[in-house]
Amino acid sequence: MSSTLDQGAEMSLLHIQNLHLSMHSFEGDAHVLNGVELKIEKGQIWGLAGETGCGKSITGLSISRLVNTPPARYLDGQILFNGRDVLKLKESDMRQLRGREIGMIFQDPTTNLNPVLRVGEQIADVAYEIGRIAPEILGLTATARASQRKKAAQKLGVDMLERVGIANAAQRARDYPHQFSGGMRQRVLIAMALVGQPKLLIADEPTTALDVTLQAQVLKLLSELVSSSGTAVLMITHNLGAVAQICSHVAVMYAGHVVESGLTQEVLSHPQHPYTRALIAALPKPGIQRGTLSTLPGRVPNLIDPPPGCRFAPRCAQASHECTLAVPALVGKSDTHRIACVHVQPEVFA
Amino acid sequence: MNLVEVQSISRLYPLAKTSWFGERPMHQALNGVSLTIPQGKTLGVVGESGSGKSTLTRCLLGLEPVDGGRILYRDQDIAAHDTAGRLRHAARLQIVFQDPYASMNPRMTVHNIVAEGMVIHQRELGLTAQERTQRVVQLLEQVGLGRDHMHRYSHELSGGQRQRVGIARALALKPECLILDEPTSALDVSVQAQVLNLLHELQQEFGLTYLFVSHDLAVIRYMCDDVMVLRAGTVVETAPCEQLFEKPQHEYTQSLMAAMPETAWFA
Repeated sequence: MSSTLDQGAEMSLLHIQNLHLSMHSFEGDAHVLNGVELKIEKGQIWGLAGETGCGKSITGLSISRLVNTPPARYLDGQILFNGRDVLKLKESDMRQLRGREIGMIFQDPTTNLNPVLRVGEQIADVAYEIGRIAPEILGLTATARASQRKKAAQKLGVDMLERVGIANAAQRARDYPHQFSGGMRQRVLIAMALVGQPKLLIADEPTTALDVTLQAQVLKLLSELVSSSGTAVLMITHNLGAVAQICSHVAVMYAGHVVESGLTQEVLSHPQHPYTRALIAALPKPGIQRGTLSTLPGRVPNLIDPPPGCRFAPRCAQASHECTLAVPALVGKSDTHRIACVHVQPEVFA
Repeated sequence: MNLVEVQSISRLYPLAKTSWFGERPMHQALNGVSLTIPQGKTLGVVGESGSGKSTLTRCLLGLEPVDGGRILYRDQDIAAHDTAGRLRHAARLQIVFQDPYASMNPRMTVHNIVAEGMVIHQRELGLTAQERTQRVVQLLEQVGLGRDHMHRYSHELSGGQRQRVGIARALALKPECLILDEPTSALDVSVQAQVLNLLHELQQEFGLTYLFVSHDLAVIRYMCDDVMVLRAGTVVETAPCEQLFEKPQHEYTQSLMAAMPETAWFA
């Protein structure tokens, strides 16, 4: 296991190192995360891209430690958030982080709002709780009474609705979620996640349930809000188009491992890992002759009994014996472009 | 020749009454929608949720009556069909649903799912059980599955395999036209590519006509000959695919194009 000595030298906002997680099931233990490496600095917008079951959501949930253990078990690695290992924190300390320092937005805005509470009330609830830990967010001092806090929380709730672009916010705060459209509900969730002025915002498929036009609007709103406050974002998505729209950096995952990461522009225009290449080639792009879209042969490996070494090897055209020996490490110039493939020479990018 | 010709159809849905005495308010889901699909071509339908895409497909299938206008299929008004005519119409026009997880009975095997249409149309087809099974095997092979998938249940299949079963089911009655209602939006990118290529191959092989509903503009551009943009039940713009993407005329179409993520610089 790697040491934590680099904490003082260069402390990233979030540093996931060699994260291994297994998930217990009836058929056996699935090795869901297989050495995830990810490093996010303040103000960066990361896209975590990958296909169904590659472990991207589990990675996101692990950061705010929302994965149930059991059935999950962390085998190795650490998640350093501001230098502290999230996996070793007490639950009570964790509660101070969630919502306050780490904000979360989930895919489906409908199921994540309480249908019988007014929208304003739901945001105010979050603000009220955060006010306990950090009264300054409500503009209060630590000695403020609960009633003051409640009032300030309600006001902040309305302010947040206004900030996410809901017209007539004071009035709309008294509406119920069903009176909001899908795009507006997602805005409400964004407002809720940003109440605590988090340092890191984890957005798990924030626009999958939305139409194309709304998708663009919500993504734009998200990037505006975070750039003004310096919040870092980890956007989990399977949509490379959405990544291209707002992310400064991207990490591509395959079967529990980050296979390629770096600057969005760099990775998407010069993909090096065979999986990233195949993924981008499978996207329909203008000018492609119908019926000639390149596809990826084979299927995602079974994680209960994964192939040895590189998990992409069985589907990879360049695979050789070397690939089955060990899981390739993510190498290359940190931050700009890193690749986990034995066939790609790191010198090229150094 | 136009296989499908829709002449300014409307469809109204009743809303809740707002007063005891006033007339019941109606929601106009489709308002004077016209379209034509030439045989063997693909018409794309684009629109945001609530624009009437699903209502349109339901009307075409004859699952819903129209409140105005006509739907002609091979120059025959589908509203005028008797029971036997409706059954014939159903055999010629089939649908592939969006969600391959929700559109299959979890208690039926793949064989029974694919063969169900042939059982329902038994009277015209006159197939024996063995012949049906042979046809199921043939269909599964056409969509890239094997004989060994026949006795599985849908939960044993991956999303892409399920969507293939959905396509095999739609092809079982040898239809002329398929309605593809967001056939790949529940699938991953690499699986989406496989399904899109499969749909193209099938179109080449059987001369199928497609109505392709999607909100993924990149997929529409890749798959369609003509594109129709729907908004709030009315047709905003219809144009040949490349023309629509290169030179969108209507303001709304332009805003759709602007919202589309730029992927041209991807390797």
